[in-house]
Amino acid sequence: MLPSLAEVAKGKGRLRGNLAERAIEVALFLAAFSAVAITFSIMALLITESVGLFKTVSIVEFLTGTEWAPLFEPPRYGILPLVCGTVMTSIVALCVAIPMGTISALYLSEFASPRVREIVKPGLELLSGIPTVVYGYFALIFVTPMLQRFLLPNLPGFNMLSPGMVMGIMIIPLIASVSEDAMRAVPRELREASYGTGATKLQTALQVVFPAAASGVSSSYILAVSRAVGETMIVSVAAGLQPTLTLNPTEPAATITAYIVQVSLGDLPHGSTEYQTIFAAGLMLALVTLTFNVMGHFLSKRYRENY
Amino acid sequence: MVREAVDVNGQSGAGRTAKNRAKVRTSNLNFYYGDNQVLKGVNLAIAQNKVTALIGPSGCGKTTLLRCFNRMHDLYPGNRYEGEIILDSAVNLLSKKIDPIEVRMRVGMVFQRPNPFPKSIYENVAYGLRVQGEKRRRVLDEKVEKSLRAAALWDEVKDRLNEVGNSLSGGQQQRLCIARALATDPELILFDEPTSALDPIATASIEDLMASLKETVTILVVTHSMQQAARISDYTAFMYLGEMMEFGTTKKIFSAPKEERTRDYIGGRFG
Ligand SMILES: Nc1ncnc2c1ncn2[C@@H]1O[C@H](COP(=O)(O)OP(=O)(O)OP(=O)(O)O)[C@@H](O)[C@H]1O
Ligand SMILES: [Mg+2]
Repeated sequence: MLPSLAEVAKGKGRLRGNLAERAIEVALFLAAFSAVAITFSIMALLITESVGLFKTVSIVEFLTGTEWAPLFEPPRYGILPLVCGTVMTSIVALCVAIPMGTISALYLSEFASPRVREIVKPGLELLSGIPTVVYGYFALIFVTPMLQRFLLPNLPGFNMLSPGMVMGIMIIPLIASVSEDAMRAVPRELREASYGTGATKLQTALQVVFPAAASGVSSSYILAVSRAVGETMIVSVAAGLQPTLTLNPTEPAATITAYIVQVSLGDLPHGSTEYQTIFAAGLMLALVTLTFNVMGHFLSKRYRENY
Repeated sequence: MVREAVDVNGQSGAGRTAKNRAKVRTSNLNFYYGDNQVLKGVNLAIAQNKVTALIGPSGCGKTTLLRCFNRMHDLYPGNRYEGEIILDSAVNLLSKKIDPIEVRMRVGMVFQRPNPFPKSIYENVAYGLRVQGEKRRRVLDEKVEKSLRAAALWDEVKDRLNEVGNSLSGGQQQRLCIARALATDPELILFDEPTSALDPIATASIEDLMASLKETVTILVVTHSMQQAARISDYTAFMYLGEMMEFGTTKKIFSAPKEERTRDYIGGRFG
């Protein structure tokens, strides 16, 4: 059957609509693509700039060496102490942030009255607005002395514990706010089904709301890890800048990020080995973050598909 | 207008058998969402081991009434009940002294949309027992199987009890939710349009299920389908604008309704 005139006219309209739609699609694609492109170019820059270092230092030495002293004579290029510092401070931070953040989220989403929530939530968000350098000095001149006075008399002035804890406090709002959003998105019927079988508020929060929000909650943890691994100022100020290979959080140490700021503040000739170490360290940092992200991604995928 | 409940005891005249007792009775029940009065002096007696259907136009308060029976309204601030809901001619479920959690252990609920927990099929059914503190594996296993059998789901899921509840079809999910409600041995189960999100075949299986369940429990079901009410219920209550307009045996309500509004509604003239 031949299309009627009206249908043909409508077809034309649709064609124009299609064009507009195509244009929007392309624009959206470009936007998404540029994000990916920028990420890749940063990675490319890190790789090309650090390649030079691996001409003088073997990759094996870089990855397994236990001493990091590129500015000394003879120079040492083992990245492990820096990775260790990053991982240890992050672990301390997460030990504080994950429980506190999750509990705050559960409280805000399931127990707090709307009034309390209205006050507490912006308060929490204010915490994340404080500049990190302030947190750094808070760790150095308040938390460390307090720890020395009340818990660990032999704690050195610079250590990983105190900046780790303060970093954890800084991350609490991030976890609390992302997790709370995930928990509040859990459908009301799911909660009602739980109450309907005779569950208490606490049982409903822990056994229904929390698992139902698991994928959102775990994304908040992944964000927290990235934040902790990438944090620079707090550890630079309060952890000491001495690369040390140790699993003891009460000792001073340097993190990858702390090393990068420390060295890049000085005057480094372009192309020198020291200059290249910055990029190699940056590459390492990117890899550590990536590893955590991939791990987190698979972990959260296991709990995906919820309500 | 029929303001007083038609007593189900009265219905059967001389034959006051145990089977024909009123399981729950509301008396002069008013309900308010804040200042908005939604239920107005509702009197209704729900016969034991029978299916009572609650019908009426959208917004007349069916869901609101249903949710009074398990004190679901307590979850939200500003809600207020007046009057009584008497269970077994003994306890007033609305009494301040009664813990809503205890009420909900005796009165189960099945919702409009299937809403399994993000847990395994097994854990979905075991949930109510677990929150009551049951830990013995043997008891849980037994109850889970019994409830799934009663919900006519056992044969379909017995080999995949550890799969997540959402992996089932919509109709199966709804039967899972029924099994979940059955696991704690409630005396009364409330169904709020339990088949409105299901296809005709799944609907038929839920309807069969309700017919078999009334051997052991009392059922109150809200439905928008006149055919469904006629098929599955023994008694029908017609609500209009928050009032109980007419109540009687389903046969009577559908063949010879007393009220004109009931007649119009059943005849499909409004709703
Ligand atoms: N949470 C609430 N807060 C305030 N008013 C409400 C609330 N829930 C329902 N209502 C009002 O109460 C009245 C009855 O609602 P209800 O949900 O009980 O009707 P219903 O008979 O179940 O309708 P439907 O057949 O559409 O499900 C409606 O006017 C509705 O607007
Ligand atoms: Mg309703």
